[in-house]
Parts: sequence; structure tokens; C-alpha cells
Amino acid sequence: MSITVRIPTILRTYTDGQAEVSVAGGTLAEVIDQLEADHGGIRARVLDEEGKLRRFVNVYVNDDDVRFAEGLGTAVPEGGNVSIIPAVAGG
Amino acid sequence: MSSTLLSAPATTQPFGPAVHLSCRECGHTTELGPKFACEECFGPLEISYDFGTVTREQIEAGPASIWRYAPLLPVPADVASRPNTNPGWTRLVRAQNLGRELGLSNLYVKDDSGNPTHSFKDRVVAIAVEAARTFGYTTLSCSSTGNLAGAVGAAAARAGLEACVFIPSDLEKEKVVVASVYGGRLIAIDGTYDEVNRFCSELIGDELGERWGFVNVNLRPYYAEGSKTLAYEIAEQLGWRLPEQIVVPVASGSQLTKIDKGFRELIKLGLVEDTPYKVIGAQGSGCSPVSQAYKDGIDVIRPVKQPDTIAKSLAIGNPADGPYVLDIARRSGGAVEDVTDEQIRAAVKLLARTEGIFAETAGGVTVGVLKKLADEGRLDPDAVTVVINSGDGLKTLDAVSDCGPTAVIKPSLDAFRATL
Repeated sequence: MSITVRIPTILRTYTDGQAEVSVAGGTLAEVIDQLEADHGGIRARVLDEEGKLRRFVNVYVNDDDVRFAEGLGTAVPEGGNVSIIPAVAGG
Repeated sequence: MSSTLLSAPATTQPFGPAVHLSCRECGHTTELGPKFACEECFGPLEISYDFGTVTREQIEAGPASIWRYAPLLPVPADVASRPNTNPGWTRLVRAQNLGRELGLSNLYVKDDSGNPTHSFKDRVVAIAVEAARTFGYTTLSCSSTGNLAGAVGAAAARAGLEACVFIPSDLEKEKVVVASVYGGRLIAIDGTYDEVNRFCSELIGDELGERWGFVNVNLRPYYAEGSKTLAYEIAEQLGWRLPEQIVVPVASGSQLTKIDKGFRELIKLGLVEDTPYKVIGAQGSGCSPVSQAYKDGIDVIRPVKQPDTIAKSLAIGNPADGPYVLDIARRSGGAVEDVTDEQIRAAVKLLARTEGIFAETAGGVTVGVLKKLADEGRLDPDAVTVVINSGDGLKTLDAVSDCGPTAVIKPSLDAFRATL
């Protein structure tokens, strides 16, 4: 259980208000599976019906946007961190 | 038009005609609050209204600022009496000289450099300030490519709020000065705008930023509505009709999306005739993810990791409203196009030379795209066409640093004669 996942405010209803939770490593898909096992309901918020990342969700593994890496197949090393962030922008 | 007792209850509503937030993706609705993402699907929340009757006369009798459109915005009816920067009602310039050069007979420039901090951002921030007050926030914040930081600083000063704004550290010096002169905290982050934005999204979930109003994050649904006033003003200034072609800068895509929303609201309210309009988005080639997706004929925006354009105010590599820009450009028969740094510089000078309007680089992008489309025969030359200049050239002086004296001489007539 050595990966830290930062949970955005709108998903904290699933984590009893916790802003960070810990899971074991693997790919991002595996991390999301574990989040779902520990905090049921999260997966459907983050992934669409086809199991892809929803288009208004940004996920970062160790500060890198997974869309620039392998998406759900991005490896999350032990000791790493994952941030789930709603996509908003406006200069 | 005099107010009546019957309209009195509306004046007590902090969000005026706004009724709830609804998700643009899945339609899920939620009550008005400091929320920006749908709890079902993360989609962007936007404001839904119950307008009732709004008349041209009622609007025309209002103040010469965006507050003339208060009945169409998420603000209280007495908003104009509160300390705010009162932006908007900027000039719509009939651009006959530029039109002649480009072969466009009915061209106008909507010049938003005339706002209090010299960019369109004053419009959006003015709405966000009202929301911040209602939610009891005492600090106003944002992630910014420069113009927004200045607008937040000024609005916070006027409203008596604290300000703490975040910018990428490589911005134009002029924008950094404007962002800091109003006295709030200005934090420069070593990273791209998208990294600054991400930082703010995390800060908002932390206790450090818990009671802060981030105008373009947790106040974003309110903030974004401010861009509708560009559409309202253009229509009213054209004599209550819609333009047939409009060129709009695209950074996050919010401005373009809300201009379209504003036009559709005017049609729905019967304030203008339902005539077709083409919406054209404009980006700098060095950060053109939406233009690229448009040209590739796809719906998915591939983010740009390291933007590289002199139009820094448009340098958002991962534009949240990009998919909606594509929808609107395609639905309306418009386009999304991009121009190079050289074309941007040339367009800044072209607008200055022909119309006496000194635009910042984002204005160079829209005028550059206008020229490109006109040169390629992709515009209707006789259609009523509006190009938006969103900011002031004095904020991006480096872009035209080759401008200077055409000659340096001794104070003598002979010396001057020799230069002619």
C-alpha cells in the first residue's frame, strides 16, 4: 500500500472525506480497480461506460498527465502518487 | 422603464435569474454553489436560468457597462451599485480601412482593450466577484496567463477582498506588472499555464485554499458567464442583430462557447432575429490543439505539452472547453484556424496601421486568422463580420519590439528633409 492517490473534493463522498488514500502499485487501471474495491462508486465517476477515462478527468502520475503517457496503462511505481483532477481551464 | 413592486423579490436573489447549475455533458442538475465539476461525470457545470421577460428598452435604459445585461446574468439586480470595476460596453469599431485591405465590406472590431485592466477578463471577473461575495469568500484567486491576474487584482482591490494569483514565471513583463500593482499576492510558478492550473485545482482541495474563491476554478460557472456580455454588446451595437461571421480567440475555449450561448439566449428571448452566424475560433500555431483537431476532423483534443507562441494569453495546452469549440465551429459552418508568430506580429501592425487599434498578441491572432481566411476566400466578403480584440497591445510590447523611430536626427530642417 505505497501509492498515494489524491482525491478531488467531488469524489470525497466515496472516501469518507479523505483527501488522500493509499493503494498498491501497478498500472493506472489497476489503481482504479483498487480504488473501486476500497471505495465503491469511484470507478463510474472516473471512467465512462466503455471503460475509458472520461474526457473531463485529468489524471497525473507523479506530476505527468497520463494522456502524454500510456493512459490507463501508465505504470504507477511504488512510492509514486496519482492525482485525479477535474479538467477546468481559463487563462 | 420604471421598476415595479412586482419585480422587487427578484432584487433579493443573489444570483438574479439563475436557477441551478447543470452539467454540460450529462445534464445532471445541482443547486447553485461554489462547484465547477459534475459529481456524476466530471463534466463542466454551467448556469441555467429562468429569464422571464427581458426587453430591449429595459437593457438600453441600463448603465454603460456589462450591468445593463444584469437580467441575463447570475448577479443580483442591484449589482451596479456595488463596488466593482464596471467593465464592458467597449467600442465596436466599423473597420472600413482594414476591411478594404482584406476585401471585407462589412467588418467591425470589437475592441475589448478598453476595459478597466485592458482585457476582456474584467467581464468574467466582475461576475466572479459577486459570486465570491455571496459565498462569503474573502480571498480572490486564479491561475492566469496574465490578463486574468491583473483583472482579479483590480477587482479584489475595488471589492475590498484579498487577492492571491498564480501565473507561469515566463509571462510578459507588462502583464506581470499589471498583475502585481494592485497590491495582492502574485505567485510566479516555474511551469506552463497548464501546470499552474493543475496546481490551483489541487490547492482548492487543500485546507490552504479552502475559503478561497478561484475565479476560474470553483467560481468558474459564474465567471464564464461574463463572456456572454461580448455577444450581447455586439448584437446591441449592431442594432439588435447578430453578426454573420465572428472571429474569436481560443485559449480554454470558454469565451467562444459563451459568445455562442449569448447569441442563442438573445434569439430565445426574442431580442434579435434568428439569423445564421458562423463562429470561427483562432489560435496561435505554437499552441493550437483545437485548430489541429478541427483540421484533422476529430472530436478529441490532443493536448500540447509545451506551448510555444508569442500569444501567451492563449497558450493553454489542454483547453477544457475545446470539444465545445469544435462542436460550435462545425455546427455553425465556421472554422478553427491558427497563425504563426510572424503572422501574429504582422496582424498586430496591420490593425494598428489601418484602424488605430493597438492589439495584444491575442488580437494579432484573431486579425491574423481573419486575414488568412479572407486571403483564402473562406469568408463571405459582404457578410457582417466581427473580429474580437481581447486585449491591449501595451501588454505585449515585445511582440513589436522592432517598432521605433523611423529616423533619429538633429533638430534641423535640413536633417528632417534628408529623411523624407
